[in-house]
Amino acid sequence: MTAPTASKATDVAVLTEGVGKRFPGVVANHDVDISIRAGTVHALIGENGAGKSTLMKILYGVQKPDDGSVTINGEQVSFGSPTDAIAHGIGMVFQHFMLADNLTVMENVVLGAERLHGIGDGARQVLEDLSSKYGFGIEPDALVEDLGVGDRQRVEILKVLYRGAKIIILDEPTAVLVPQEVDALFANLRGLRDEGHTILFISHKLDEVLDIADDITVMRRGTTVGEAKPDAITKHELAELMVGSELPSPATEESTVTDVVQLSLADVTLTNERGRDLLADISFDIHRGEVLGIAGVEGNGQAELVETVMGMRKPTRGRIRMGEEDMTSWSTRKRRESGIGYIPEDRQRHGLLLDSPLWENRILGHQTREPSVRGPWIAKGPARDDTDRIVKAYDVRTPSIDTPSRALSGGNQQKLIVGREMSGEPVLLIASHPTRGVDVGAQAAIWEHIKKARRTGLAVLLISADLDELIGLSDRIEVILRGRLVGEFDPQDVTPQALGSAMTGGGAEVAS
Amino acid sequence: MTLLRRIGTALLAPVGAIVVAMIITSVVISASGSSAGDFWSIIFSQPSSRAIVNIINQTSLIYISALAAAIGFRMNLFNIGVEGQYTLASYVAATLAGAAVFSGILNIVIPLIVAVLVGAAWAGIAGLLKVTRGVSEVISTIMLNAIAVTLVGYLLNKYGVHEGNGVRSKVIDAGSQLKGWYFFDRPDGPVWTLSVLAIFLGVGFWVLLNKTRFGFDLRATGMSQSAAIASGVNVKKMVIVSMLLSGGIAGLIWMPSFYGSGHSYGTAFQAGLGFTGIAVALLGRNQPVGIVFGAALFAFLNEQSNRLTLETDISVNVVQITQGTIVLAVVVAYEVVRRLTAQREQRNVAQKLDAQGPRETEEVTA
Repeated sequence: MTAPTASKATDVAVLTEGVGKRFPGVVANHDVDISIRAGTVHALIGENGAGKSTLMKILYGVQKPDDGSVTINGEQVSFGSPTDAIAHGIGMVFQHFMLADNLTVMENVVLGAERLHGIGDGARQVLEDLSSKYGFGIEPDALVEDLGVGDRQRVEILKVLYRGAKIIILDEPTAVLVPQEVDALFANLRGLRDEGHTILFISHKLDEVLDIADDITVMRRGTTVGEAKPDAITKHELAELMVGSELPSPATEESTVTDVVQLSLADVTLTNERGRDLLADISFDIHRGEVLGIAGVEGNGQAELVETVMGMRKPTRGRIRMGEEDMTSWSTRKRRESGIGYIPEDRQRHGLLLDSPLWENRILGHQTREPSVRGPWIAKGPARDDTDRIVKAYDVRTPSIDTPSRALSGGNQQKLIVGREMSGEPVLLIASHPTRGVDVGAQAAIWEHIKKARRTGLAVLLISADLDELIGLSDRIEVILRGRLVGEFDPQDVTPQALGSAMTGGGAEVAS
Repeated sequence: MTLLRRIGTALLAPVGAIVVAMIITSVVISASGSSAGDFWSIIFSQPSSRAIVNIINQTSLIYISALAAAIGFRMNLFNIGVEGQYTLASYVAATLAGAAVFSGILNIVIPLIVAVLVGAAWAGIAGLLKVTRGVSEVISTIMLNAIAVTLVGYLLNKYGVHEGNGVRSKVIDAGSQLKGWYFFDRPDGPVWTLSVLAIFLGVGFWVLLNKTRFGFDLRATGMSQSAAIASGVNVKKMVIVSMLLSGGIAGLIWMPSFYGSGHSYGTAFQAGLGFTGIAVALLGRNQPVGIVFGAALFAFLNEQSNRLTLETDISVNVVQITQGTIVLAVVVAYEVVRRLTAQREQRNVAQKLDAQGPRETEEVTA
């Protein structure tokens, strides 16, 4: 708690002592001790599932801690709801924006806080002052739907500032941003800090944390395990602290790409009811033993591409071939029967029956294939045995295969899905964010499973927001932007910056 | 232990709902100036032998109706049209049987098949509208109810046998009438032969849903349509097939009564079973075993309430308040129990994993 940084104040803005939360889930908080100096950017890092979200919810009044104390600016508090937290000058920017698209920036900011400065010129004045003071450059009358992701995030921050927050919690704010936007965000955050705001920055991206933070607290398995100063620790040391074991790396070994085309898209176009192209002239081949990575900012057609390949959407134009056969008109079931494994982006909505036991979830997507069924009958015994196999092979942490899948943590749900989709020896795997929300150990295991299958000829269409994963696993990377493939990269010599430029339409030459 | 606990949890909601319904009913009766004590002493009095036979027979009809509704509910398909489906099916089957085109056992089997087909077809219209035009099945089945009742009224009036003020279809031959089993004295009446249909259908329902691929697809669609689609279920096809099944079962609802005592479609026809079935399906949680209890409870309340008019100044309709509040309360209670169970499951998982935790949480905390 020394090392003078940009801050003038050395008061502690937020202090938690021995905070614990026994939560009806897998990750709980226990003995969380964190001390955040006023006027600093404090990074809270940890793997997915390390308990960052729980702590954040406690600080923002969404959850009440079971043990320990929370002190804000020297005053011990017990928040009953976010309203109490806001009254104490705490604001929170969620990872998923909570903005009304069809309202203007000002309407969004004022919504719910009409009493502060009214809804007229007074409010506008405050908003313009805030925007110019911190260099946000936001036009109050712009419609939110016309704004890019970076601007939307700034609107969220404005909302929080407008409500008088001095302590701002940002939940993985860079997850949705491309590298250039991250830089802009960091400039804003530094501006806020220099004006005396305290910022709690939650992330698991080490480079960013080392770049922006004044102090770093590391969480692992529900508790705080260490503190660090960015100038006194290396990325590698930080990673080890965070992971507590060896760092996995997705580095690919030698290429296993064959010359047999497994999946081929030709001019696939998908038009929505309003005539807008969600996908435009998508053409690519994936060979056996090849991983094709699709990079892009979320919402640029990745989901539509996957659903079109899976037969959940019918392309307006174009052909899709599976091996030798034209599968454009096949049903989803027929596609699956032909050997497509599918790891969906939203595992809870598309990959699981949450109230069904694990062994029934094993059948999902394999309703017509061994070992789950025998003729028209569900083969309960073999399905259960195979679920046991998946639980062991993929290290799904569960008390039993009769546990409803809802009760599992996100990472374990994901492992179950990956295990299921890799069973029955698929020839093509459609993987959307296959390691999102899983812990590092499981991530390494999933990568290993994919690589192993790839060596035996599995073709993979990989969609991921994790550039390291894309670069490490893919044999080839295509960038998707507004439904079009706009650039092809060789993962051997591509940088995150170059990809980032292509993903935002900057073109590869803008890479810095 | 866990089995006991599971049964306990399963009973918690319905028992709680019944208690709430009893309290509300008592309040209503007291508020209207009658004695709640009288009401409950009559409802809970020992039923007569005749009443027991009636309760069994009514349970079977309500049970079949609830199954028809439940098969749709299990895939989030709200077939509100059971009423119309069985009205039309009953009329057509009764008319066909009355026409004596076939005789003896054939005059039972074939009309039964026809009843299934008519019910299925009527429900199929709603299914077809849903998958082709996106019409909500709730709206279309309600409309089809009105059409069915009107249509049957018209046809019956035109082609039926007029008798005094009444009109009915032709009475079936004695050779096709089914008497049933007399468990008590003859005046107490028989338990209808075709009541066993309820048992067969219940078992069939359970096997279909829990043991077959089709049932898996159906349940998956009900639990998460998005996951079902991603798994390759053709939801449109499932909608059609489920509606056909639901309507097909609905077609059989009144058949035990028709062959057992009515023998013609007319005043003997018992309307309203379709709506009772919906309530009972909710009460029984769309589970074949749960529905047995729900159907028996409703049949019991209906039968016992008949005595109210004779022995008290309390309206028979009060029992509908009881039934209504049971259903409302049970829906709420199931949701509460569901959340509690889900939380407990998660806690269990967390605890069990904690217990085996050290195996993988050994790394040094540096």
